[in-house]
Amino acid sequence: MSTASFPLPRWIDYAVLPLLNLMLAFLVSGLVVWIIGENPIEALKLMLNGALGRGEGIGFTLFYATNFIFTGLSVAVAYHAGLFNIGSEGQAYLGGLGAALVALALDHYVPWYVTMPFAILGAAAFGGLWALIPAWLQAKRGSHIVITTIMFNFIGAALMVYLLVNVMIVPGKMAPESRTFLEGGQLPKLDWLMAMFGLKLGPAPFNVSFLIALVMCFLVWVLIWRTKLGFEMRTLGLSRSAAAYAGIPYTKIVIITMLISGGLAGMMALNPVLGASARLQVEFVGGAGFVGIAVSLMGRNHPIGIIIAAILFGVLYQGGAELSFDMPNITREMIVVIQGLVVLFAGALEYMFRPALVRVYQQFTKG
Amino acid sequence: MNEKSQAPAIELVGIDKKFGAVHANKNINLTVAKGSIHGIIGENGAGKSTLMSILYGFYQADQGTIRIAGETTTIKDSQAAIAAGIGMVHQHFMLVENFTVLENLMLGAEGGALLAKGTDAARAALKKLEEDYELEVDPDAIVEELPVGLQQRVEILKAMYRGAEILILDEPTGVLTPAEADHLFKILGVLRDQGKTVLLITHKLREIMAITDTVSVMRRGEIVATRKTSETTVEELAELMVGRRVLLQVDKGAANPGEVYLSVRNLTVKDGRGVTMVDNVSFDVRAGEIVGIAGVAGNGQSELLEAITGIRKPTSGEIFICGEPVAGYDPAKLRSIGVAHIPEDRHHMGLVLSFEESQNAILGYHRDDKYGKGPFLAPDLIRQAATVDIEKYDIRPPNPRLKTANFSGGNQQKIVVAREIERDPKLLIVGQPTRGVDIGAIEFIHKRIVETRDAGKAVLLVSVELDEIRSLSDRILVMFAGKVVGEKTPDTGEQTLGLMMAGIAA
Amino acid sequence: MDFFDIVVSILGSTIRLSIPLIFTALAGLFSERSGIFDIGLEGKMLAAAFAAASAAYVTGSPWIGLASGVGVSIGFSLIHGFASITNRGNQIVSGVAINFVAAGLTVVLGQAWFSQGGRTPQLPAEGRFGPIKLPGADAVRDVPFIGPLYANVISGNNILTYLAFVAVPLSWWVLYRTRFGLRLRAVGENPGAVDTAGISVTWLRYRAVIVAGLLCGFAGTYLAIAQSAAFIKDMSAGKGFIALAALIFAKWKPVPVMFACLLFGFLDALANFMQGKQVPLIGEVPVQIFQSLPYILTCILLAGFIGAANPPKAGGVPYTKER
Repeated sequence: MSTASFPLPRWIDYAVLPLLNLMLAFLVSGLVVWIIGENPIEALKLMLNGALGRGEGIGFTLFYATNFIFTGLSVAVAYHAGLFNIGSEGQAYLGGLGAALVALALDHYVPWYVTMPFAILGAAAFGGLWALIPAWLQAKRGSHIVITTIMFNFIGAALMVYLLVNVMIVPGKMAPESRTFLEGGQLPKLDWLMAMFGLKLGPAPFNVSFLIALVMCFLVWVLIWRTKLGFEMRTLGLSRSAAAYAGIPYTKIVIITMLISGGLAGMMALNPVLGASARLQVEFVGGAGFVGIAVSLMGRNHPIGIIIAAILFGVLYQGGAELSFDMPNITREMIVVIQGLVVLFAGALEYMFRPALVRVYQQFTKG
Repeated sequence: MNEKSQAPAIELVGIDKKFGAVHANKNINLTVAKGSIHGIIGENGAGKSTLMSILYGFYQADQGTIRIAGETTTIKDSQAAIAAGIGMVHQHFMLVENFTVLENLMLGAEGGALLAKGTDAARAALKKLEEDYELEVDPDAIVEELPVGLQQRVEILKAMYRGAEILILDEPTGVLTPAEADHLFKILGVLRDQGKTVLLITHKLREIMAITDTVSVMRRGEIVATRKTSETTVEELAELMVGRRVLLQVDKGAANPGEVYLSVRNLTVKDGRGVTMVDNVSFDVRAGEIVGIAGVAGNGQSELLEAITGIRKPTSGEIFICGEPVAGYDPAKLRSIGVAHIPEDRHHMGLVLSFEESQNAILGYHRDDKYGKGPFLAPDLIRQAATVDIEKYDIRPPNPRLKTANFSGGNQQKIVVAREIERDPKLLIVGQPTRGVDIGAIEFIHKRIVETRDAGKAVLLVSVELDEIRSLSDRILVMFAGKVVGEKTPDTGEQTLGLMMAGIAA
Repeated sequence: MDFFDIVVSILGSTIRLSIPLIFTALAGLFSERSGIFDIGLEGKMLAAAFAAASAAYVTGSPWIGLASGVGVSIGFSLIHGFASITNRGNQIVSGVAINFVAAGLTVVLGQAWFSQGGRTPQLPAEGRFGPIKLPGADAVRDVPFIGPLYANVISGNNILTYLAFVAVPLSWWVLYRTRFGLRLRAVGENPGAVDTAGISVTWLRYRAVIVAGLLCGFAGTYLAIAQSAAFIKDMSAGKGFIALAALIFAKWKPVPVMFACLLFGFLDALANFMQGKQVPLIGEVPVQIFQSLPYILTCILLAGFIGAANPPKAGGVPYTKER
């Protein structure tokens, strides 16, 4: 029996398999924890508690999740058109520049809710622009977008460091960062939302950009599955020759897709830059672009899956930070390990269990 | 007859293979005598390729035994097949395109860990093979620069180089001119006379009659009959293939051509490498007529269709549709002026197999406002529209939500045909409309094409099936090496057309 | 410092900085030519560096360090292979995962075992690969031009440096003069052709990634116990990606790969040298320009402005027999 082509029901493909892979990732991580000499079960408990136990923890979890929703959406949109955008890290970095410029320009004069739409536009515009050259290179010259976007991550990082050290820096200060934005350039916290659930936010930077992210989830869903452009993107992603036959212009769709994808990644910057630290700093993206790849894959490139996966990674980040306080032997880098294992099992080894599942499923359905 | 003392070259006993719900091979029993050419004929999806893949070790049968030269053999992979003396010439060549002929030959039989040793031996062996079987080819030529006919020769040489006693050829003549096909058959004859066994998989009845000693007919996964070729006819084989009497002709009234809808003038198309694929072609198609372009695959027909339908930019020349110059229009614009296109390759062009049926029903026309206002698409409107086509064209299963990959070849093609014809186009361009389609759907599609003509539309048909061209066309143009070499009436004899298709002037 | 001294100094730096690139780019070459994309070169190099430094510290032997580095790198390669080949998973994702796991695991284990904040302890001289004086270096030292070049640039490197330059022609020879190389190149272009010729595609690709692991092991070991004296968190610093850029820039051929790595190493050396120095008209050249140049150059190449870049045809696509 050919197990690879056997059609399993959707719920197994979309729920059971990812869950199994996730459990395996946690198992291996637990092994590493045990090797270091700590109790994995204790560690897990501390992590979950740290992430979801108190209002502040939940706040941080959702704060991190916001980053990953944006970058996850970015990767997903490109994926549907058949493009693998590895550049959301760099696009988010540049998006921060766009958002910061708006905030710096407007924060003296207008309240945050006037700044916000312009900041969104600024972040999206700069993020999209950073994706434009790789997009154009792929569309017009056939240069593989995976490679060019990776290259642009590095170029973007170099550019941003240069700008922060030489242009945006506050004269007289040492730290390579812009000045702090006034209230007109900050996104307010969502403490009132937490209070509605009886939770206290505390110092967690959970802010309005989470709501923006949710709105973007809805808009992305509409774009991909309810618009003509989305139809063309999906056609292109599934069959380039069918798209040519159908009169779908390759160059135009690739560029539009990457502009949207880059724009979504750019919007990620709103969360840390305007919502948390209220200034532009070096390295504020902190790997969220790469986590976005994991989130998009785990979430099957669908906004709902992305939200769930993003929250999961948020739990990992926040829980991991708490864990490193209580178990100093498990440094913050443990999170990176777990993250890598999750990406490995849920992303690259996602079909590892398929043959076994097929056999089990067949046993059950025969009877 | 001295075959009694010799074990048969191949014996298949009770071979059975399922792919999920598809029962590809059902209890196959087959015996092929040594030193013979055995044909296996059947429609697409009958199970021929699966059976051959089992013989070549690509798949393992779920049940059954294989005996080669009398000995029970397990063929678990290609290596075992080669060791058992089985060589395969695939339909889609298994060659490394940027290697030389010699390197392709040596791959797998390099003659040692270091190449230097084996190369000279390989060169000498190749020369001998070329002499023995008239299979000349330059050993240092780069494969991707060779014409298709020569590439196939390399495939055959590969098998011979590995010492094949049994040679399987899977649809070998699809890419050959009639002259090249004849040469191939000559080679097969030489191989047979030297005691080799040949299995010829084909769907072309004429080839079976021309070259095979015995033939098996496969239908829906089973071998329904085995005959001595000399004791059967084309009609009997066709009937065995489909299980009922088959009309090899289409009922068609006379054409009534009106004004010129499509006018092609001095059209030249060069490919990416600067090779001229379409060479200064000119012709007209009028309303109410079907113009058929006959020719062996690879003589520029595909590029001609792509230029007319806007998928490829012509290098020079003009195309007029109802007087409007359209060279350089993209497919969307052409659709808007009434051009419909049933493409040659439905799997990669005409359909997106992962889409549900309703989405393929609007492919190419998705920007129409009747499927959603402004930038939006409404799935209900799409499914409604798709259901109308499903009923009219008897597409089975009648489920617009079903993934298109789950439809049979014939029904998939009906989806494409329905989509294009129901637009009521002025000009219908059709390429290989019945490739991989079962006989029932073939009749249906042919009828629809004739109906389109009778409704006063212009139809341009391209097909490698000469029968299809002759039965549908009102006028036949023959293409060879990118040129239109002549125009004939449909009652012209096959031989005349075949000679033109091979580049021999009429 | 006169001009020639500067040249010698920069040349020396160039070689030092290119070595990890050469090893890693060759690793990528074997992997990608067989059709397996390897974004995880960075992670393998890092993991090997950590393993080599740890083992060298504990045992006092750089050779055991090398063996450990190679072993760990091959281990990660096998994981990548298992994901990409056996499980036909997404090769980019697998590479990204390996980078994450290596980046995290090295620090976590480093802290747990050595409690120095994630780094390994400083290695004594015996634990490292020291400089090797080539015959005649001292005698020639004072000869103008050739002397300093021979004495300071060519001689005085550690054994891994020399091995890197040996690895280049060796790779060429393996790829183009052996059966393994022929089959490896074939499987990256048309795995079907290899399969139908009776060769196992799987085993061939596994061997390719193992070779890649071996070479990355050398790269990482060099970083930790030849160029430096310890493992430091994230010490690979993107070199894996520069190596990838060099590989593409060199169009997947061994000897051009060496030159591309030398070029990028040179840019790195130049960047270090130019820091703080003024160029007429422009002033100080921002170090970020040198840092970005390898990436910008690769993009220009990929745009086809410096000739066509044709990657192996079957690259990145898992091989399935099912039609």
